[in-house]
Amino acid sequence: MIDKNSTTILSVQGLRASINGTEILKGIDLTVKSGEIHAIMGLNGSGKSTFAKVLAGHSAYEVTGGSVQFEGKNLLELPPEERARAGLFLAFQYPIEIPGVANTQFLRLAYNTVQAQRGKEELDPLEFDDFVREKMKLLEMKPDFLERSVNEGFSGGEKKRNEILQMALLEPRLSILDETDSGLDIDALKIVANGVNQLANKNNATILVTHYQRLLNYIVPDFVHVMQAGRIVMTGGKELALELETRGYDWINTNKQSVAGVTA
Amino acid sequence: MSEIVNTDYLQCLLKSWSVKSAESQSWLNQLRAQAIDRVSTQKLPTRRDEEWRFTDISPLARLPYQSSQPQYDLQLHDIEHLFLDEAKNRLVFIDGHYSPQLSTITDDKALVIGNLPEFLSAEGSILQSHLGQYAQFDDNVFTALNTAFLRDGALIHVPKNILIAEPIHLLFIATQNEVTSYPRCLLIGETGSQVTIIEDYVALQQAAYITNSVTEISLAASAHASHIRIQRESTQAFHLANCAVSLAHASNYQSVSISLGSQISRYNLDVRLTDEAAECVIDGLTLISDRQLADTHTCIDHLKPNGTSHQQHKCIVDDAAHAVFNGKIIVRPHAQRTNSSQSSRNLLLSRAAQIDTKPQLEIFADDVKCAHGATVGQLDPEEIFYLESRGLSEMAARNLLTYAFGAEIISRIPVTSLKRQLEQTVLNQTQSK
Ligand SMILES: Nc1ncnc2c1ncn2[C@@H]1O[C@H](COP(=O)(O)OP(=O)(O)O)[C@@H](O)[C@H]1O
Ligand SMILES: [Mg+2]
Repeated sequence: MIDKNSTTILSVQGLRASINGTEILKGIDLTVKSGEIHAIMGLNGSGKSTFAKVLAGHSAYEVTGGSVQFEGKNLLELPPEERARAGLFLAFQYPIEIPGVANTQFLRLAYNTVQAQRGKEELDPLEFDDFVREKMKLLEMKPDFLERSVNEGFSGGEKKRNEILQMALLEPRLSILDETDSGLDIDALKIVANGVNQLANKNNATILVTHYQRLLNYIVPDFVHVMQAGRIVMTGGKELALELETRGYDWINTNKQSVAGVTA
Repeated sequence: MSEIVNTDYLQCLLKSWSVKSAESQSWLNQLRAQAIDRVSTQKLPTRRDEEWRFTDISPLARLPYQSSQPQYDLQLHDIEHLFLDEAKNRLVFIDGHYSPQLSTITDDKALVIGNLPEFLSAEGSILQSHLGQYAQFDDNVFTALNTAFLRDGALIHVPKNILIAEPIHLLFIATQNEVTSYPRCLLIGETGSQVTIIEDYVALQQAAYITNSVTEISLAASAHASHIRIQRESTQAFHLANCAVSLAHASNYQSVSISLGSQISRYNLDVRLTDEAAECVIDGLTLISDRQLADTHTCIDHLKPNGTSHQQHKCIVDDAAHAVFNGKIIVRPHAQRTNSSQSSRNLLLSRAAQIDTKPQLEIFADDVKCAHGATVGQLDPEEIFYLESRGLSEMAARNLLTYAFGAEIISRIPVTSLKRQLEQTVLNQTQSK
């Protein structure tokens, strides 16, 4: 929800980044305040995942210009783990499989690491088990998820749910969900969307990265940004997503001015 | 290493050899005599031998350790920590010699289990048709030596359609310095039987000694065996092991072998799928550091149609250690519709660490599915980033992924207490601080 008096969580200005000498992000501006849900849409290859990974601190990308403030800190100075501990969360488009490590072990390790950094209480395996099972209900996950190896042999939908489960455990200030809707059937999509909606509140914010409008029927964004060739070329309200759906991305090229009105 | 030293070495070893005719059957004496003949015509292998290209065992030639003598002063409490809760049957061998006092046999009604010499008359003809029939010693000097010195050994004979639920623990404990021991195992699984054995090589203290072991496994039609092999010898020891497996129609062999110990170790595993629809799953993990060398050579030989073999071998190599994996897969002309996969994955934890991995596919049938792949490398940066993005430090991420790399193989061990022990071992050896 948009609230003029809410605090700014993320402020991105003129962000440029390249990989192996190729510039992918070509000057991105974005402000996200607490309580808000933003959607970033755009065709495949427009730079959405790159933007998400640069924010999360992937070392393969070189930031060549601009600035990113996260909760008043210079985000770009922090290594990825400190960004996570500071409350930034990225749900991966392609979550990694870790055969040999039980999901519950991994989830508890991540949870306790972040808790410790925040000066909060860590949980032993039994306490954690109760805690995580409660969170799993939110996503209608079967208990055997805990004993299986991290993401190994999980279906696409199961992997995405596991990402949202991690989000539920780590309670980030800002969640970036990269194509969390892709590969989900409609039932799974509803469950995941419901989970995300339940986790969203006035003190946190969410960025949904997607190239379909479908997800936005279930998670209603306050802002929709359109990304093209490494820039945000248009920003609007939730109706912009529908507009894109009917008119297609080509329409952007003839209307490259920001649709005004909803910017906070 | 000169051949003169080689010959001396073998002759030196053979000094302690004698036929103990009083206790032995003539067929067994004949087998030993054949083996000794073969030893005298062979030499210690050198790196000029194709099968030993990567592994220099010349240090062995300076260590003509004599056969160990039985040692009787070990007490139960000295070795209890090595026992596994799940194992109701346990055969204990001290420096290769059977110890009835330290062994526990509870299932001798359901199956034949015990020390080989006890069964030479009762099981004579069965033993004669299996012992020494799978582990060929014609061109293998270590198998020949083991056979020449064959005396004590673990015998497990599971009758037709008998399922043994609890694992059987074969515990080979090294206690003496500067001796050679010759452990021997024979597992016979009759039609439709099922059993799990754990072949476990441990040392009570750091010592330099040689273990030369031979294991033979014969599975009749539709028999199942799970074979877990743990090599955790002293890091000054030499471990030279041969295992030969023969699989009949629709039988199923599952093997997990873990190599942790020894200064130099070599494990040869030969599996022959002698009849249709046999299956095997062969997993291995080598986890070594310092200046250890661990060499695993496997050969999976598909002789008949519709066989299946899946193999995954992993090595984690730290410091200046050196791991070798040579995985041969043969698909004979008649072995149509064979389905075979092999994966060799290797993780180098230091710049001086070394790995030689060589898949060797010899396929003579046309209708086969054969997938294989090998990787040698460091951890995947994408995996590290994933964990970092969950708040783990780079070090913690690396440690977790290294642990996971090994734990994936450990997780296939169907014995919980052993699995937990080994997970801890992997954890201890993969965590840098
Ligand atoms: N490692 C790389 N090297 C060079 N180009 C890359 C690399 N990774 C991604 N790209 C390019 O960056 C662009 C943006 O990719 P990405 O951020 O994944 O887009 P999106 O998530 O919007 O589909 C694409 O053109 C892609 O080809
Ligand atoms: Mg993407």
